[in-house]
Amino acid sequence: MAKREYSFYPGCSSQKKASAYNQWVSTVSICKELDIQLNEISDWNCCSASIGYAGGGELPRLVLSARNLALSEKEHPGQDLVATCAACWLATREANERLNHDAEMKTDANEALKEAGLEFKGEKKVRHLVEVLIEDVGYEEIKQHVKKPLADIKIAGYVGCQTNRPFGIAGESFENPVYLDKLVEVLGGTPVENYDKKVSCCGGALMFSEPEKSQALVKDILEAAYDGGADMIVTPCPVCQMNTEVYQEHINKKYGTKFNIPSVYYSTLMSVAFGQSAKEAALDGQIISAKKLEAIASK
Amino acid sequence: MSQAVEKYRNTFLREVEANVEEGQWVKMCMQCGVCSGSCPLGPHWEHPPQEIFMMIRANKREEVLTSSSMWFCTSCYNCIARCPRELPITHIMHGLAHYAQRQGLAPKELPTAKFAKRFWDNLLKKGRVNELQLGLQLYFMNGLAEGIKTSLKMQKVGLGMLKTKRMDPMEALGGHGCKDIKGLKAALNKAKQIEETKAAKALERLQSKS
Ligand code: SF4
Ligand code: SF4
Repeated sequence: MAKREYSFYPGCSSQKKASAYNQWVSTVSICKELDIQLNEISDWNCCSASIGYAGGGELPRLVLSARNLALSEKEHPGQDLVATCAACWLATREANERLNHDAEMKTDANEALKEAGLEFKGEKKVRHLVEVLIEDVGYEEIKQHVKKPLADIKIAGYVGCQTNRPFGIAGESFENPVYLDKLVEVLGGTPVENYDKKVSCCGGALMFSEPEKSQALVKDILEAAYDGGADMIVTPCPVCQMNTEVYQEHINKKYGTKFNIPSVYYSTLMSVAFGQSAKEAALDGQIISAKKLEAIASK
Repeated sequence: MSQAVEKYRNTFLREVEANVEEGQWVKMCMQCGVCSGSCPLGPHWEHPPQEIFMMIRANKREEVLTSSSMWFCTSCYNCIARCPRELPITHIMHGLAHYAQRQGLAPKELPTAKFAKRFWDNLLKKGRVNELQLGLQLYFMNGLAEGIKTSLKMQKVGLGMLKTKRMDPMEALGGHGCKDIKGLKAALNKAKQIEETKAAKALERLQSKS
């Protein structure tokens, strides 16, 4: 039996051949190393992220997450529900807390869920995988697994919005969370100090609908990373990762910049530092390849 | 003038309190402006959140509901983290956008309004979001010519995603989904029904008072 077991909600972007599939691959790798077992909720549905509101009212949107929670309660009793996607985590945790604080809303949600033969009890804790890593595993234990320190790599810890607000990682501040920096240090790398765009917004889902305005935000995030001397950006969020990585060419064209900076998941960093292969670390999932990590992985 | 306006008679604040997610918080705003200063796309808002709250109290129904403002919310939660009165501003913005859409007052040509609606429809189909179908629809939502232009502009991104196995062309034809889509749809319909019945009741209560 694995040392630690959790009920797992992967979310739409982590599915096979979806935009954050590389996050999923590297997550699986580090969990194997740390003896963490993620039990996937069998028939999970989309959480509607933060953009479903045009079509879905408040209760239908809460019911989406309540269904996932109800499935998790049924299939994995006693296990915390864990998500890797910022939006999935936020939506699920919010639904859990709001329904638990509002008896009438909970009754309504359950009346709706009855149609699917399910019941939301509200007995779970909803957690981000980062919380599991920091609180349950801990920096000390993570350090013990480092076989190839990320020496001489300077990394800008881009936390973004939804992993940070409104809930955030326990014990961290909204304006200057430091967990990514600490993690980078534990892995043997050098965090960019005073990275002032650390918690700035990348435009989120509005990158699709308002690309130019969102790319202007991303430009500032990239610029600050460059100014801090970063070799790469690390982030916990699939939307942040995608937005900071794939539009650099568009941004260069528009602003005459020369950005070409890799943006990786913390799980990819960890996997490489743990001595796992480039494939396990999902380095082949980078559109802008992380050469310095590839070099370490092939050592 | 629409029926709803008639019914509420100069009480847009009460209409918001009864129908909009977390609307009962609007009256708690003390107009400090911190939220407006925290919005990432702030300069693009016709009326930033603080102003929207003031306009609701000033009974500017049409101006608020037809505004493009709320649709520029990126859900960054900056405002919530900073508001001294702890208003759930993000939720109120989502709620206002939803209500405006339901009333048919949301600006029709606004990209985010279209995108948000398509996102919901896409997720309703199979219970999970199909990124490729959503993306394709998105590029073509402004018509064929515009769509081809956008697709070409995005081609490189698409190829990169494909090469790195982060996109699946087969998804355009069907793709993954929830097994119990029937149950999910039934639950969502029921939820919608409950919500609408409650809104109607709230409306009745307000009318009997005024
Ligand atoms: S920060 Fe809060 S109190 Fe201040 S204007 Fe915004 S909503 Fe009102
Ligand atoms: S959550 Fe929305 S309203 Fe609040 S600061 Fe961010 S963009 Fe502005």
